[in-house]
Amino acid sequence: MAMVGDAISHAVLPGIVIAFLVTGSRESVPMLIGAGTLGLLTTFLIEFFHRYARVQSDAAIGVTFTWLFAIGIILLSVFAGQVDLDQDCVLYGEIAYVPLDIWLTDSGYNFGPRTIWTLSVVALLITAFIFVGYKELFLTAFDPGYAAAIGLSTTAWYYALMGAVSLTTVASFESVGAILVVAFLVAPPATAYLLTDDFRQMLLLSVGLGILASVAGYYLAVWLDGSIAGAIATVTGLEFMLALFFSPSRGLLLRRKQVQPVQL
Amino acid sequence: MNQFLEFFSFADANVRYVTLGSVLLASSSAVVGCFTLLRKRALVGDAVAHAVLPGVCLAFILSGTKNPLILLLGAFVTGWFSLIVIDFITSRSRIKEDTAIGLVLSVFFGIGILLLTSIQHSGNASQSGLDKFLFGKAASLVGEDLITFSIVAVLLLVTTLVFYKELMLLCFDQAYAKTIGFPVRTLELLLTTLTVLAVVVGIQAVGVVLMAAMLITPAAAARFWTDKLKLMLVIAALIGAFSGVAGAFVSYTAPAMPTGPWIVLIVSMIAIASFSFAPKKGWFSRIARQRRNRRLILEENLLKLLYHLGEQKQDFFSPRSLPNLLERRNIPKDQARTGLDKLRRQGYVEKSKEGWRLTTQGQKRGRRVVRLHRLWELYLTQYLNLASDHVHEDAETIEHIITPDLEQKLMEELNYPQLDPHSAKIP
Repeated sequence: MAMVGDAISHAVLPGIVIAFLVTGSRESVPMLIGAGTLGLLTTFLIEFFHRYARVQSDAAIGVTFTWLFAIGIILLSVFAGQVDLDQDCVLYGEIAYVPLDIWLTDSGYNFGPRTIWTLSVVALLITAFIFVGYKELFLTAFDPGYAAAIGLSTTAWYYALMGAVSLTTVASFESVGAILVVAFLVAPPATAYLLTDDFRQMLLLSVGLGILASVAGYYLAVWLDGSIAGAIATVTGLEFMLALFFSPSRGLLLRRKQVQPVQL
Repeated sequence: MNQFLEFFSFADANVRYVTLGSVLLASSSAVVGCFTLLRKRALVGDAVAHAVLPGVCLAFILSGTKNPLILLLGAFVTGWFSLIVIDFITSRSRIKEDTAIGLVLSVFFGIGILLLTSIQHSGNASQSGLDKFLFGKAASLVGEDLITFSIVAVLLLVTTLVFYKELMLLCFDQAYAKTIGFPVRTLELLLTTLTVLAVVVGIQAVGVVLMAAMLITPAAAARFWTDKLKLMLVIAALIGAFSGVAGAFVSYTAPAMPTGPWIVLIVSMIAIASFSFAPKKGWFSRIARQRRNRRLILEENLLKLLYHLGEQKQDFFSPRSLPNLLERRNIPKDQARTGLDKLRRQGYVEKSKEGWRLTTQGQKRGRRVVRLHRLWELYLTQYLNLASDHVHEDAETIEHIITPDLEQKLMEELNYPQLDPHSAKIP
């Protein structure tokens, strides 16, 4: 499923551009709607190509997201004059500009950076979604057959989950760009997966790893004077590598030690 | 029209470069893409495309020059390394391949972005142009690039031709290749190298994200037109070449248009059209085939029904009313009516006031279906030792599929039987 996240994060681009053209502003809500729609459309297209046209699944993913991304870039260049989005921002964002985009009410009251607000709302929504749907998500992830047998709609939950993925992607888009979102989506859970067998622990661990990576990434970026998002992605990769080799339960280096006595 | 002629006269050197470059690139990566697609590793190309970036930046930092060869070398090294890492993670941990691809892709790209921005902020004046690797610069190809493209394209094509048989075996039957003593590991490395090479060169034309499409999309489209690898390679190359020309043409007529995304857009449209309309494998012909089969099954079931009714009193040709028919078998009324109408037009049944009745032709066909059904039931009970009350369902489906050849074989196997397991006569 990891690559579907990757596909969505690329394919939301035309949605963002269209929302931008229709409303003519960088308001978060229309952008979220535009991108959310495209995210679901991507999921649907991939399913459709795979199931009905029998395209092999990896090719279905590859064709869909590159196609939509190309449309997005073309739209960007057609309306280059009217769209205040640039290609670099799309690819790797710039989290350092976040404090500059301030949310001012008409009366002039300063609410602080706009992105912080959007991201907080999205974070709350996602947390609520997971709390409410925890059991259902858990079941559909681990035992779709059983979930279907007790009357859960696996399709509905699948699309709900993909909707959540699109939402997160879009919200993070401005700050970190289309590709690095994937690092945040994939790396912390994969790392946590190497560290624990318990799903609850895995959720908490991945949140913790994400926070750790953000803080460490920020200092790395300052030190190298580079992109913050890029640095965070680098740190998530580092975390994964450490877990891969040194995880107490399944790290490559430690596991080998455990196996040795058995061989003797 | 005028522009069309202008473009295709290739009088303008720039047009020549861009078109030729796009064609070379698109067709050679399409050929390599066929192999990765058939090995079910299509997205690997995407990972390599992203992983190239840190290599380019590192090469620049270490060498301090923008010599394209050195940058390409750096790109090649990290691209290659990323594939090794993916393999390592998938084989040594419980992380699945797609997760590993997503992880490697984004982390390598993150490192690349970190280095790139760090270089940009360092105020080194000679750095400008590195970001061309991100989005490509198909529209500003120059003669020098073209030479590199041609060399790589020729190299890729020649290598695939030379190792055609080996690569084919690798894609279709790896285990067999290993048994007959092919160096499978080496061949895998060769394919990896070819992929990385295609990506490293192509990325300069279409950019990081869209490079994946140049590998996957023409191959996926070609897969729908043929089952032969040779043909598939040719078709994929042609699709790639066509979109290369078309993309170059679009950006020639509208200079604001980026060439790379247009190539990808066009190739994607071709692919989607192939998924839908390709004969045999396309979505529409699949639906048509399903509908045809369903109709055939309905017709045969109706004939069988009429035959069964006739069998009771050996009066095959007396008319039956529709409710009478539906009593024995649960077929939706409208379906039964349209099915019977079709059969009437084909001359298998006749309609009179009292109802429907079989013609001689229809009796023959109905008899055949019943016969196949009973033969199969007998075969299952005799050869698979299934209980006689378990075989009906299976026979119900197979009766529409058995060919005259198979029928003959069944007869021979079963020694020309008279009765089925339910002691009904085999007609």
